[in-house]
Amino acid sequence: MDIKDYKNVYVFAEQRGGMIQSVAYELLGKARDLADALGEKVVAMLLGHNVKDQAQSLIEMGADEVLVADCPELKDYLTEQYSQVVYQMITAGCPSIVLYGATTIGRDLAPRIASRLKTGLTADCTKLEIGIVEETGEKQFRSTRPAFGGNLMATILCPNTRPQMSTVRPGVMQKRVREAGRKGTITMFAPKFDTSKFKVKVIETKMNCKCADDIADAKILVSGGRGVHDKEGFNKLQALADVLGGMVSSSRAMVDAGIMDHCFQVGQTGKTVRPALYMACGISGAIQHLAGMEESDFIIAINKDKYAPIFSAADLGIVGDLHKIVPMLTERLKKEVEK
Amino acid sequence: MNIIVCIKQVPDTTEIKIDPVKNTLIREGVPSIMNPDDKGGLELALQMKDKYGANVTVITMGPPQADLILREAFAMGVDRAILLSDRKFAGADTLATSYALAGAIKTLDYDLIIAGRQAIDGDTAQVGPEMAEHLGLPQVSYVIDAEREKNGNFIVKKENEDSVQTLEVEGKCVLTVLASAFEARYMTVAGIVDAYDKEVEVWGADKLDVDENKLGLKGSPTKVWQSFPKQLKAPGEVFEVSEEEAVEIIVNKLKEKHLI
Repeated sequence: MDIKDYKNVYVFAEQRGGMIQSVAYELLGKARDLADALGEKVVAMLLGHNVKDQAQSLIEMGADEVLVADCPELKDYLTEQYSQVVYQMITAGCPSIVLYGATTIGRDLAPRIASRLKTGLTADCTKLEIGIVEETGEKQFRSTRPAFGGNLMATILCPNTRPQMSTVRPGVMQKRVREAGRKGTITMFAPKFDTSKFKVKVIETKMNCKCADDIADAKILVSGGRGVHDKEGFNKLQALADVLGGMVSSSRAMVDAGIMDHCFQVGQTGKTVRPALYMACGISGAIQHLAGMEESDFIIAINKDKYAPIFSAADLGIVGDLHKIVPMLTERLKKEVEK
Repeated sequence: MNIIVCIKQVPDTTEIKIDPVKNTLIREGVPSIMNPDDKGGLELALQMKDKYGANVTVITMGPPQADLILREAFAMGVDRAILLSDRKFAGADTLATSYALAGAIKTLDYDLIIAGRQAIDGDTAQVGPEMAEHLGLPQVSYVIDAEREKNGNFIVKKENEDSVQTLEVEGKCVLTVLASAFEARYMTVAGIVDAYDKEVEVWGADKLDVDENKLGLKGSPTKVWQSFPKQLKAPGEVFEVSEEEAVEIIVNKLKEKHLI
């Protein structure tokens, strides 16, 4: 089959415990842009057990069609079970592009599929676009991602094999506004399982997250780094976050020091966030941290060291002691709120 | 038990800088290290060796100087080291890399294959799962603990964003490991001395069970079209003022942006 015959943008609609994950909607938003630029359709792949009622939600968030595989074998994510179904959906539908969330599920599944299909996969993309090849005028899918710890960006092509596949971290792309009642097609897909390949089973799943709310959903983040020193320092940030109606997040240094839990960590090995306001307090701004927050709408940095790299990423920088400024700001804002 | 550990030599990315004029990576003076997740994987293999008795073989693909991390692995306690080095491997993306590694592993006896979750230069986390697929083996990624049962099965703990899962794997498999879960042992002095007397086997493409057309650049479906240093947005205003003034500046900005 000629690569020109591969059409449509597929999205792996990740669900956990029957809940469609935010990253799936974010990918649909981007897939919509790509498909519109190509004049193709957006197709979501929804795998799970008792999940078919949620297919309409994917249509309202940008899918034209939803392929649903709904059976007990797919209740929990398992590499081989999911790989077989996604592989069958892709070989039946011949999409030009397939997108996955760069989560522990997507990053387990996508390379398995890439290797089975003998096609290219680009990890943790921060930008996906349809470009035009100068010489030929042809449309081309371009995936841009950080490399070398975020020091360098690379734009990757997959010229000769299809589908072209990419993963994107949660929080990087933006969801569309939900279009209630949007029309689309829901297609039930009956997988053919080769159960002889099922070699892994779940014995136990322990939910371990200590945070009820996800920092990726917060509109305002007050974030602390090494300069916050300790738990007491974070209490000051929490008081400020409370007044602002936001949440507290952390740099890697404070997670490694055991002061903050990993689920609050922003950056390359933590979460990608893009709140309306990101206040970086006592964070020096290593490139790995910047990678996780630089898309925030407005960034305020407070740091004692005027040469800290965080100031180059901030919209407003304050050279000073957060331990004095943050409590003063909290008190001042309390009065502002009372007005 | 035979355990194979895949490791990679990487530049210490925390030390890398960009040449602001040429827009290229400055690698000079940047130390090369054993990739941290791979070192975690090697530690898991050595712990299993201590516990159950095992032969541990490390494999790396890279240029001749990657010999260094194999010597380090010897000094930590591995039994055999193989360097896949051949111009035919050059320019490989993750698919071609995983194919070459799988082609080498197919010629060896093994009960378990361990790799790091991802390398700090590429951060893709793709080579382990892609290799598992080439070998037709089950995989568990993001591994933080693994034990072997008497029947040859493995009980593996995996860390997800929101949970820790305990999984049972039937027979041979590929595990990709998190550095944070395994504090790697130091090389012993005697180990370091012996490491230089041991033989690192250097294998070219002809030693592997592969179709040479699927190696290196030729076997790589992805191509780097362009690379460029990260563009930071124009820096904003920075104030070095009294605390009282700083608070006023912030409050005014928050009002202006309708954040309060």
